[in-house]
Amino acid sequence: MATMRTPIESGVPDNRPYLHPALLKNYGNWRYHDRPRPGVLHHVSHSGDEVWSVRAGTQRQMDVYTIRKLCDIADTYAEGHVRFTIRSNIEFMVSDPAKVDPLIGALTEAGFPVGGTGNSVSMIAHTQGWLHCDIPGTDASGAVKALMDDLYTEFIKEDMPNRVHLSTSCCEINCGGQADIAIIVQHTKPPKINHDLVANVCERPAVVARCPVAAIRPALVNGKPSLEVDEKKCICCGACYPPCPPMQINDPEYSKLAIWVGGKNSNARGKPTFMKMVASGLPNNPPRWPEVSEIVKKILYTYKEDARSWERIADWVERIGWPRFFEKCDLPFTKYLIDDWRGSRANLNASTHIRF
Amino acid sequence: MAKKMHDTPMLDQLESGPWPSFVTGLKRLAKDKDYMVDLMGQLETSYRTKKGYWKGGTVGVFGYGGGVIPRFTELKDENDKPVFPDAAEFHTLRVQPPAGMHYNTEVLRKMCDIWERHGSGLIAFHGQSGDIMFQGAKTDKVQDAFDELNELGFDLGGAGPAVRTSMSCVGAARCEQSCYDEAKAHRQVINTFLDDIHRPALPYKFKFKFSGCPNDCMNSIQRSDMAVIGTWRDNMRTDEGLARKWFDAHGMNELVNNVISRCPTKTILLKEVKDVAQGPTISSVKISDSHALEIDNSNCVRCMHCVNVMTGALAKGTDTGATILIGGKRTLKIGDLMGTVVVPFLPLKTEEDYEALVELGQKVIDFFAENALEHERTGEMIERIGLVNFLEGIGVDIDPNMVATPRTNPYVRMDGWDDEVARINAKKTA
Ligand code: HEM
Ligand code: SF4
Ligand code: SF4
Ligand code: SF4
Ligand code: SF4
Repeated sequence: MATMRTPIESGVPDNRPYLHPALLKNYGNWRYHDRPRPGVLHHVSHSGDEVWSVRAGTQRQMDVYTIRKLCDIADTYAEGHVRFTIRSNIEFMVSDPAKVDPLIGALTEAGFPVGGTGNSVSMIAHTQGWLHCDIPGTDASGAVKALMDDLYTEFIKEDMPNRVHLSTSCCEINCGGQADIAIIVQHTKPPKINHDLVANVCERPAVVARCPVAAIRPALVNGKPSLEVDEKKCICCGACYPPCPPMQINDPEYSKLAIWVGGKNSNARGKPTFMKMVASGLPNNPPRWPEVSEIVKKILYTYKEDARSWERIADWVERIGWPRFFEKCDLPFTKYLIDDWRGSRANLNASTHIRF
Repeated sequence: MAKKMHDTPMLDQLESGPWPSFVTGLKRLAKDKDYMVDLMGQLETSYRTKKGYWKGGTVGVFGYGGGVIPRFTELKDENDKPVFPDAAEFHTLRVQPPAGMHYNTEVLRKMCDIWERHGSGLIAFHGQSGDIMFQGAKTDKVQDAFDELNELGFDLGGAGPAVRTSMSCVGAARCEQSCYDEAKAHRQVINTFLDDIHRPALPYKFKFKFSGCPNDCMNSIQRSDMAVIGTWRDNMRTDEGLARKWFDAHGMNELVNNVISRCPTKTILLKEVKDVAQGPTISSVKISDSHALEIDNSNCVRCMHCVNVMTGALAKGTDTGATILIGGKRTLKIGDLMGTVVVPFLPLKTEEDYEALVELGQKVIDFFAENALEHERTGEMIERIGLVNFLEGIGVDIDPNMVATPRTNPYVRMDGWDDEVARINAKKTA
């Protein structure tokens, strides 16, 4: 056993010791950038200094051998400095343009795709899934690997009308977040309660308070304190499961995948938007989830074909309208896609703006 | 000495294809770690049965109440013994990254060595809240691993009802759009709340995120309780050399269809050089000998579009700072919420400015700690009590930039109206 040691509460480390020298020198003094080729950013400072950043995709859940391999490449070509992006891409900064091509060569040879810049499909933001979370309906790293295999060429090229961000989430909590296209597990049946365990494992008032539709009531079952769910009210959100695992919400058959589009965080052009659900009921089908890939690709390639340059998916749908989106992507628009949660009337069409 | 690998036909399929495979990484680790052999056994079982097998528990490090995510296997045989005993415990350490997620190879190699010695050897750069996730350690190794990482200069992040780990964009380090020193703001704010990170005692989680401009690369507006998004309030700067270069490369159609007509407030005008207006809010730049762009900055909403398309030719102003938005979050419980503007512009230039940002964060956290219900996020609290009560609680004056529109319903007591009008007019003339 380790000895008791008082932690050094240092918080966020200072990044200056880790910054590439060109970044440190020109901190806050950048003038503009361009992209000489997919995967490479070229930044020019007011001082006249230039720096090239080469971006590569990673598997995010990396073993130490992979990380050491990336370090070897950084030591050889990139002066020993790297940074990671929010989508788990790695960036190598280079102040000598002659090193860019050899760096790209070394990354490619080691199996790290170079891309993810500009109008590409970047690496998918993802969650933990079966590898580590305690409430997942599906896996995350595997689903992302399968999908990125399919979208590989869209990562290494900049062929989309605008950038495309994807995310996946293995339960409705949606740690993966908002995205142009998001894939999220949806539970379709109310939780199955193991009444023998509830009294020991769950703080009942806390569980009752979690439910967004007040479907959970305390109850006596077989003489023991437990909980019951009004199944007609239940919207299968799964919020009761984390604080009360005997209320099992995941089901090998009935936990399905849903697809959402049009989320955008940036304020560019329009205000930021939430993503909207456009498909549901897809089977949870490891190890490659082909039914999900098929719909994601259909949406992605319809967008690629139909959108104008600089239109994000949200901008594109705003121009063509939702009826045409469903038509073009060959997706059925069902009554379940009409919002009936709080504030839902804001999502209805209160105008005669209709495209024929 | 590693034991025999379990059959993993489904995981094996994830080794084919061009994208880097985490399964190949797991297998490499399993060559000398029984721990990882059994981890793969359990993961394969999940792929086969479509069920997860981890449950939480309590594991921590001395002195801290959070930051370690405990995982114990629930995959047991009929005698209640773990089916994959070597991986019966698989805890994760959430570790705070340097601002902007910069590293050198020396520190990465040291992290690898520590995690190879005490943990599984599997590291995620990074989790969705920004933590470096050191994934997979047994209970009796957690303290050792933490001690070494801690001595290397790293600290645990947040978990549970606490201030959470934060993220800041690359910003000033390498981005011409940066409107403040994101790393400085990130460190100064978060390091004020270390006690609230390490000893969870808030009603629920609280996230800060820092983006240097309205492109919001850190997704702060939808994913943080307090989003600090850089912006500027003076005129956009221009650079004729870069503007002409852009126009030569892209031409008139792109200029009209992709810059001018995509401006959300129709602020950019294309004019003949001789007709370009002058004035205190006007920016203009020649794109050729005959034509120029004219922008009335009083109508620009700093959306970033034109600045993104014509980088350098059009650029942010010099009076820079941030817009603060509060209350973003995802669905549970009342539905998705975006952050709401509570401070339209906070200058971020001087030491005092950064202190003012920290002070604002402190007021918001204090108000949240006192007024939120258990398991209620800041955005939900604001919806329950109303924005005005929240603003009064944190001592911030109202501003029309906080709303999309004024109210549309009359159901409100207006008997304080005259006093408010008098107060606001007095303030204006003061
Ligand atoms: C109970 C088990 C849960 C587990 C194991 C879990 C796990 C995680 C992990 C590992 C991350 C990434 C953390 C990091 O990067 O530092 C994360 C992020 C996140 N979690 Fe959870 N989570 C849980 C519950 C919840 C709940 C109840 C909610 C909301 C109601 C939630 C919402 C989120 C969100 C929105 C993010 C992304 C935050 C961001 O982008 O900053 N999680 N979660
Ligand atoms: S989305 Fe759900 S299952 Fe996946 S990591 Fe987040 S909380 Fe866990
Ligand atoms: S799944 Fe959601 S709606 Fe259903 S009982 Fe649980 S908390 Fe309530
Ligand atoms: S948020 Fe703005 S300043 Fe920060 S990296 Fe993105 S574009 Fe640059
Ligand atoms: S930054 Fe201003 S001028 Fe440029 S497109 Fe946006 S609103 Fe228009």
